[in-house]
Amino acid sequence: MTDNANASSSSHVSPSSAGQDAAEQDATAEKVRPSVALFVTCLVDLFRPSVGFAAIDLLQQAGCRVAVPGAQTCCGQPAWNSGDVATTAAMAKSVIAAFEPYDYVVVPSGSCAGMIRRHYPQALRKDSRWEARAHALGERTYELTAFLVDVMDMKSVDPVDYQGRIAYHDSCSGLRELGVKAQPRQLLESVAGAELVDLPGAETCCGFGGTFCVKYPGISGDMVTEKANAITGTGADTVLAGDLGCLMNIAGKLNRDGSMVQVRHVAEVLAGAVGEAPPIGRAVGDRAGTRAGGR
Amino acid sequence: MQSTSHTFKDNVKTALADEHLRKALGNMKAGFQDKRAATIAKLPEFEALRDQGKAIKDDVLANLDYYLERFEDNVTRDGGHVHWARTPQEACEAILGICRDTGARVATKGKSMIAEEIGLNEYLEKHGMTPVETDLGEYIIQLRHEAPSHIIAPAIHLSKEQVSDTFRRSHKHLSADRPLDEPRDLTDEARTVLRQQFVNADVGITGANFLIAETGSTVIVTNEGNGDLTQNLPRVHIVVASIEKIVPTLEDSAAILRLLARSATGQEYSVYTTYSTGPRRPDDLDGPDEFHVVIVDNGRSDLLGTEAAEALRCIRCGACMNHCPVYGAIGGHAYGWVVPGPIGAALTPGILGVEEARDLPNASTFCGKCEEVCPMKIPLPKIMHSWRIEEYDRGLTPPRQRFGLGVWSWVATRPRLYNWLTGLAVRGGHMIGRRRGSWRWMPLAGGWTAYRDLPVPAGDGTFQQLYARRRNRGTAGDGK
Ligand code: SF4
Repeated sequence: MTDNANASSSSHVSPSSAGQDAAEQDATAEKVRPSVALFVTCLVDLFRPSVGFAAIDLLQQAGCRVAVPGAQTCCGQPAWNSGDVATTAAMAKSVIAAFEPYDYVVVPSGSCAGMIRRHYPQALRKDSRWEARAHALGERTYELTAFLVDVMDMKSVDPVDYQGRIAYHDSCSGLRELGVKAQPRQLLESVAGAELVDLPGAETCCGFGGTFCVKYPGISGDMVTEKANAITGTGADTVLAGDLGCLMNIAGKLNRDGSMVQVRHVAEVLAGAVGEAPPIGRAVGDRAGTRAGGR
Repeated sequence: MQSTSHTFKDNVKTALADEHLRKALGNMKAGFQDKRAATIAKLPEFEALRDQGKAIKDDVLANLDYYLERFEDNVTRDGGHVHWARTPQEACEAILGICRDTGARVATKGKSMIAEEIGLNEYLEKHGMTPVETDLGEYIIQLRHEAPSHIIAPAIHLSKEQVSDTFRRSHKHLSADRPLDEPRDLTDEARTVLRQQFVNADVGITGANFLIAETGSTVIVTNEGNGDLTQNLPRVHIVVASIEKIVPTLEDSAAILRLLARSATGQEYSVYTTYSTGPRRPDDLDGPDEFHVVIVDNGRSDLLGTEAAEALRCIRCGACMNHCPVYGAIGGHAYGWVVPGPIGAALTPGILGVEEARDLPNASTFCGKCEEVCPMKIPLPKIMHSWRIEEYDRGLTPPRQRFGLGVWSWVATRPRLYNWLTGLAVRGGHMIGRRRGSWRWMPLAGGWTAYRDLPVPAGDGTFQQLYARRRNRGTAGDGK
């Protein structure tokens, strides 16, 4: 698999590869363009389709062939986090079967990618054949920005601008289970006009935690209050992250407080797709919610 | 100690409404976190030390019986006594027995979490003894009849105004108009009051950070020096420690000590690190006449071989709670037992049972910060998760949650049904809510909407539906 990745990254179409016969180059590229299955995640599927389209766009920019297997629903985190191993195992098996045929699985969420990568093998450990399949798929499963940078060696996104002061929140699973930290920031550097500000406590949990936020609403509410205050304190006008769960939590709190800060998934800004949907939790045409951007 | 872990949800409400607590926790976080980060940045081999510490304790846990017996042999050889206690009751009886044999009435105490765990003070008081805590934090909470709320800073939940009130109420013999506003005044007053108690005490009781198998030594680490006065001045020194405190050699204790203070308070070393080995020998200048070690199991040996066994590597540094956003929101008392925070959530179900401590391993987002900072590399979220599995398997998961989860999973394992249902729900939700963008209230989602708005589905269909639409129009790239 890594062979494939290296080859494809070197075949990444760029002006510097001029001099080679274009048709021949296309033919070589076609052979090594990896096939990527997008695991869209249930939250993106239900609440924020624009993130899925932005992810497809970015993967194509990086030179991947993208497929969206139709048999996907949810990665099984609610079951796993509730201690229901049997249900998790059943859901894991159907994801594995649907996504195995592709070179890579890419997920616009650190926690769902972490679920597949780290926890599927644990959920299936009583069945060595499935456990091995889970491991094999897990090794090919990546969070979106980590995949673009680490596997596809993407240095910058296609020219796009976003005028804004951006606070970046590091979602816990992506950060600690998968080491996602530098990758989204690196890509954001190539977005014209985007200025990253330092967010104190960027690595502190926002209090979403899946079912945690409704099982222990008081604690969760306290945690997201702290996060929202930290964000407002930076003077940023935009907050980005790579996980829709955290983003809905943070946006929900900022909106409740009447804040003007706009909340978006990082993929939307990177793909120049902010025109496709208002910021999270805002209505179309909401003045505070529409900011010029896009290509 | 009497647990209130089963009323966790109510404890949380009380905690979230306590303004003093919230202020104290705010100060605590910044202090501990910054100091730890600064001292660790100065120690390049910190990661390697963590591996070493983990390896030492893993070896101990794999050979616990061997090391414990060696420890006992070495204590006995030097003229000390080892007492084995399976339960808190047995431990308290052993300690009371030693006190009675010496005719003691007053016992000074160093800070000890295991003494809190076995409810030693209460037991001694009930049997006519006067235990006196000598660690400043422990002394304050003893006066207030409270449990510790943090394992290294037992009174962290209190403001200095509260402490000053407590001193005025308890130290009636001192002049009423004395100044008690500054931390310095408070420390000086405690020091004066305690000084006399050190002299009065017949027995000194301390905990132990380590028991050293090869020498039969016990080790305590303090910042106030109270531990040394507790163990050196009285005729009898009793050490109470749980079984997992053992390390094989002096070098091993030195290695782990390099992790301990840095992780705990951000100091390189604590102010006092004291090794005691046996009673006073004929030509020693000081030391106790009798040296006893009470070794407590209280359910720990049952954890060996389970997922939770790794929690026994804990050196009680407190880093996991200092960095835990849940602890930071609710403080230690809400957890309801002597060890709070992530390590409490990992350990308490193993010691008190999952029925009693059901909420603790659930009240976590699994953000993983605790594991990241734990010097002993304890996989705290994984251990909490193993308790969730046990709760689920034993039917202790709340019925509403179980039901919701069952429905969700049933639908989610049937993609076509799932797509149809979610498609309907999303279109409906979008139609109703799109003008506002968010809901301020939503039936069945009260836990969410009590604290934040709920974003409305942004598309007029699910991603899957929109994607299929675009593909039919030839505008979504699949394999292009
Ligand atoms: S679990 Fe780790 S971080 Fe927490 S108190 Fe124990 S050793 Fe320290």
